[in-house]
Amino acid sequence: MGSRASSLLREEEIEEIKKETGFSHSQITRLYSRFTSLDKGENGTLGREDFQRIPELAINPLGDRIINAFFPEGEDQVNFRGFMRTLAHFRPIEDNEKNKDPTASEPLNSRINKLLFAFQLYDLDRDDKISRDELLQVLRMMVLRMMVGVNISDEQLGSIADRTIQEADQNGDNSISFNEFIKVLEKVDVEQKMSIRFLH
Amino acid sequence: MTDLCGGGMEGLWSIAVVLLPVWFSVMIGFIMIPAMFGLSLGVTSVYIQILVKILEWATLRIERGHREQPTLSVPAPLPFGLIQREGGSMEQEMGELRRYRTQSISRGEFALSDSFYFYIKGLESIVDDQVTQRFSSEELVSWNLLTRTNHNFHYISLRLTIIWGLGVIIRYCVLFPLRITLAIIGLTWLVIGTTLVGFLSNKRLKNWLSELVHLMCYRICARGLSATIQYHNKENKPQKGGICVANHTSPIDIVILANDGCYAMVGQSHGGLMGVIQRSMVKSCPHVWFERSEMRDRNAVTSRLRAHVAAKTNLPILIFPEGTCINNTSVMMFKKGSFEIGGTIYPVAIKYDPRFGDAFWNSAKYNMVNYLLRMMTSWAIVVNVWYLPPMTRREGEDAAQFANRVKSAIAHQGGLLDMAWDGSLKRAKVKEAFKEQQQKMYSSMVMGKKGRNSQEPHTESTRRQ
Repeated sequence: MGSRASSLLREEEIEEIKKETGFSHSQITRLYSRFTSLDKGENGTLGREDFQRIPELAINPLGDRIINAFFPEGEDQVNFRGFMRTLAHFRPIEDNEKNKDPTASEPLNSRINKLLFAFQLYDLDRDDKISRDELLQVLRMMVLRMMVGVNISDEQLGSIADRTIQEADQNGDNSISFNEFIKVLEKVDVEQKMSIRFLH
Repeated sequence: MTDLCGGGMEGLWSIAVVLLPVWFSVMIGFIMIPAMFGLSLGVTSVYIQILVKILEWATLRIERGHREQPTLSVPAPLPFGLIQREGGSMEQEMGELRRYRTQSISRGEFALSDSFYFYIKGLESIVDDQVTQRFSSEELVSWNLLTRTNHNFHYISLRLTIIWGLGVIIRYCVLFPLRITLAIIGLTWLVIGTTLVGFLSNKRLKNWLSELVHLMCYRICARGLSATIQYHNKENKPQKGGICVANHTSPIDIVILANDGCYAMVGQSHGGLMGVIQRSMVKSCPHVWFERSEMRDRNAVTSRLRAHVAAKTNLPILIFPEGTCINNTSVMMFKKGSFEIGGTIYPVAIKYDPRFGDAFWNSAKYNMVNYLLRMMTSWAIVVNVWYLPPMTRREGEDAAQFANRVKSAIAHQGGLLDMAWDGSLKRAKVKEAFKEQQQKMYSSMVMGKKGRNSQEPHTESTRRQ
């Protein structure tokens, strides 16, 4: 029930999360409410099935990739800190942060980190390169291949993947490195398009 | 010591023997008899007015408390969701993302930024989604002095706590016994009355008496919940041989609707107490109870209902097409089965006032008994019922489209959100077909406008069928 929500989140924890992620006090409490409402097992952590219970996420073609992003390497449960850390990537970039001290560590929601998050959703094996295979995998998840009417063969996907790598690849290694990724997307308004805006 | 106890027990017993008849005669005189004839002594409306005043005072007090101690305050629930969501279609959003490219999107093709659309949509739904919140009780903007709705409100002031304490005493020690007695009387009378009526053979007399018995019992039960029901547009009340459809929030919906008219109930036959009630109800007028095995055969169900409707003298059937209880903030997908029967549909919108008690039955959390106990210890049930003008299927409209049309009308009248999602998502997983729809939409974007598929992409509102 909701009455557990605020009582289990101590002020010190809220402060720590605030420092780490930059969310405001009220945003953290609301997100904690959300976290507990998803946590059907009531054990303080979320498993993959808790995410899959969200219908809008279950019909998302890249839903599984997104869910994976919440779970650290090899683990099956994510606690509230981990949940917030992942969500922090999608916090809008505030103006006063843009002129922050350059020696301070990059905030989680900076442009670079947002692009890194997206990059890592492509780059499954974490070798810092999006290979043709990895790109093909994501393409396969997004399109419909088995229905009559709109079908895209594997060959067509293959040539789309080749074309995309060709456009982006600059050092000729037939894969997209993070820097090449950033270069291709340098005109994309990442701040606007990869942010979640709270209404309060 | 035991002597004293023995003496004490005897004393209590003799007091009880004297009080009980008094209690029952008070019950019968002041509550039951007026209830039977549909009259009201006006006690309930005075009670509601007092309650409203108290709750308004409580709201102001809480707001003041929040202003004085901002660190203590936890944010109130937001009526429009947590986050801002882009309303554009898939094509629009991806188009904006792809603006950095020099080629136009009508050529199709893929862009690395396409996946961003899905990521953002996915993350938005993790933070706040429209569906899962419908399966738990609505959060109130301000506390209504019931512990069960106290999610975010801390201790504010002594006076508030005292009022809350008084409320607990009144609800549990005064109102609850009253209501339980009434409920028991009502149900007992239903069983006895319908069985008695069942012995009659004169058709007209039987029907008239049966209606009287049913109405009386439901009115007593309604009193047993301190229900204040406001019926609007009574001229559209469901007629014999018709089908009444309504949005579903709780089993109490039946009591609410049956207070103003007689319906033929449709449902699964249960065992136990429910079974006894069901079997006796059928003796006096035809209701439609299905065995569990019959329910799986859709054709059998439809034909039985059709036969009932065809006999124009039968009472209108009462159906809840959502198939499950929703929390009264939205109307979810209507199952088209009810709309394939034919006949005239009489839509009804039911809206509970959440300030006085949460009527939603969260069947995952509470069983029926638990739920009824919570109902009987709420402040009151205040409902608005709107009878909408009858609807019939149009030419060229299939059952699903008709169902949607009725659903929109009900949602619009009741001030509820009209959603296309299926209520059975409460327990079941979403069908793969919807994911495939998303993939199909994206595929047609990648292939470009030319090619075999020249359909227009679906807009946001229709994609979630």
